[in-house]
Amino acid sequence: MDKGIIDIGLWRFIAAYAFILILLFIVKLRGISREKQIVIASLRMTIQLIIAGYILTFIFDNPSPWLSLLIIFIMELFAIFNIYKQVRYKLSKQLKCTVAVSMVIGTISCLFYFNIIVIHFTPWYEPRYFIPIAGMIVGNSMTGITLGLNTLLGGLKEQREVVEGALMLGATPKAASKKYVDDAFDSAILPTLNNMIGMGIIFLPGMMTGQILSGVSPLVAIEYQIAILLGIVGSVALTVILFIYLGYKFLFTDHAQLNI
Amino acid sequence: MPFTLRNLVYKDILKIGHMDIPENKTTCFIGESGAGKSTLLKLLNKMYIPDKGSIHYKGTSLGEMDAVTLRRKIVMIPQTPLLFGESIEENLQKGLLFSEKSPASRGDLERVLEIVRLDKNLQDQSEKLSGGERQRLSLGRVLLMRPEVYLLDEPTSALDEETELTVMKKFVEAAKSHDGTVIIVTHSMKVAEQYGEEVIKISKQ
Repeated sequence: MDKGIIDIGLWRFIAAYAFILILLFIVKLRGISREKQIVIASLRMTIQLIIAGYILTFIFDNPSPWLSLLIIFIMELFAIFNIYKQVRYKLSKQLKCTVAVSMVIGTISCLFYFNIIVIHFTPWYEPRYFIPIAGMIVGNSMTGITLGLNTLLGGLKEQREVVEGALMLGATPKAASKKYVDDAFDSAILPTLNNMIGMGIIFLPGMMTGQILSGVSPLVAIEYQIAILLGIVGSVALTVILFIYLGYKFLFTDHAQLNI
Repeated sequence: MPFTLRNLVYKDILKIGHMDIPENKTTCFIGESGAGKSTLLKLLNKMYIPDKGSIHYKGTSLGEMDAVTLRRKIVMIPQTPLLFGESIEENLQKGLLFSEKSPASRGDLERVLEIVRLDKNLQDQSEKLSGGERQRLSLGRVLLMRPEVYLLDEPTSALDEETELTVMKKFVEAAKSHDGTVIIVTHSMKVAEQYGEEVIKISKQ
C-alpha cells in the first residue's frame, strides 16, 4: 500500500475555501460585521503559510546551524513581542525584560534537552526536527505566559485593596500576592493540562495527525506526541515559574508597595 | 513620642509643619473629607512615601526601616473592611499569619469576638457578614496581633452610634492593656471626644 500522502492538487485545494465562503455567508446573514477580518485572516494565513513552505523547503534542503539558530531567534522575537501585545495591561520596562529572559531561558533549555536527550537527532540543528519542535515549544510557552501575565496583573489590579490590606498587616509582598501568583500559574498551565487529558479521546493533536497523514505508523506518531506534550508542559511551567520568580519583585516597590 | 513628623509634604494632599503623636495614648484625627487623614495613616506605615520632610518612629526615620518589619509593629486597618478567607476564624488568624506570628488559641479568638461585640461562631462564614460586622472582624484581627501601634481608618463608620461607642471603648481598653498606641481617623466627634486623649484636626490644603 502506498503510505505517501495524497497531494490535494490546486482545484481541490481551492475548494477548501468553500468553508470561508460559507462562513462569510452566515456572518452576512446574521448581520455580524466580521467579513473584513475573516477575509484578511484567510489571506494572511494563506500567504504566510505559502512563504513559510518555501522558506522551510529551502532550509530543509540546505541545513545549517546558523539558519536553525536564526529561525529560533525570529520565533522568540515574534513570541516576545506578541506577548507584549496580547497582555491587556501596561508592562513596565523591567517586566518586559523579565518576560523576554524567561521566554528565552525557559524555551531554549527545554528545546535543547528535548532535542538532545529525548529525540536524540543528529546533527543537533537538523531543521526537519529542530524547527517544528521549536515552534511547538515556543508557541505554547508564549500562550502560557500571556495567560499567566493577564491573570496575575488582572488579579492584582482588581484586588488591589485586598493585596494592600494584607501589606498593611505586615504581609511580605510574596505572601500578599501568593493567591494571584498561584492563579497565574494555574491559568498558564491549565490549557496544556486539559489538552493532555482530552488527548486521543476528544481529539487527535495536529502533529500526530500530520505524521499519520504522512504515512508514519500511529504508534511512532504517538511516541512523538507524548514526548512533545511532556516537553511543552515542562517548557510552559519553566517559563512561567521563571517569570514569576524573576518578575514578581518588580510588581512591588523597595518599600513593599504594590507597583502596578 | 513614637511619631515625630517634620515638614511633611505628600503631593498636593498633605502638608504638615510639625506633629508629635504620643505613645500609649489614643489620638484621633478629625477633619473634613479630602483633608488627607487616610493619606496620613498610610504615610505612618510606609504604604505611601512622603515627597518631602521626615517621619520618625521612636527616634528612627521611617526611611531607614524595612517596610514589612515596620508594618508588623504599626498595623493598619483600611477604610473598607477586608475579608481574608472563608470562616471567621480564618479571618481572625490571617493577621498573625501575615506577620509570621503563632496562631491564636481558641480562647483568645473567642475573647476577641467578645471585645468587638461580634456575636458569631468561629466557624461561621465571613461572606455573610454585614459591613458593620466586617469592620468589627477587622478590629478583632488586629487586636490579636498585639502591635505597638494601631492605625484605624474610620473603623466603625458602619455602626450605629451606641454600638460604635461600646466597641471603641472595649477596643481601646484592650489595646492599652498591652501598651498599644491607637491612632484613629474618625468622622464621629463623639468617638474623638470620648476616647481621643489627643485630638488633631487635619485641614484641607
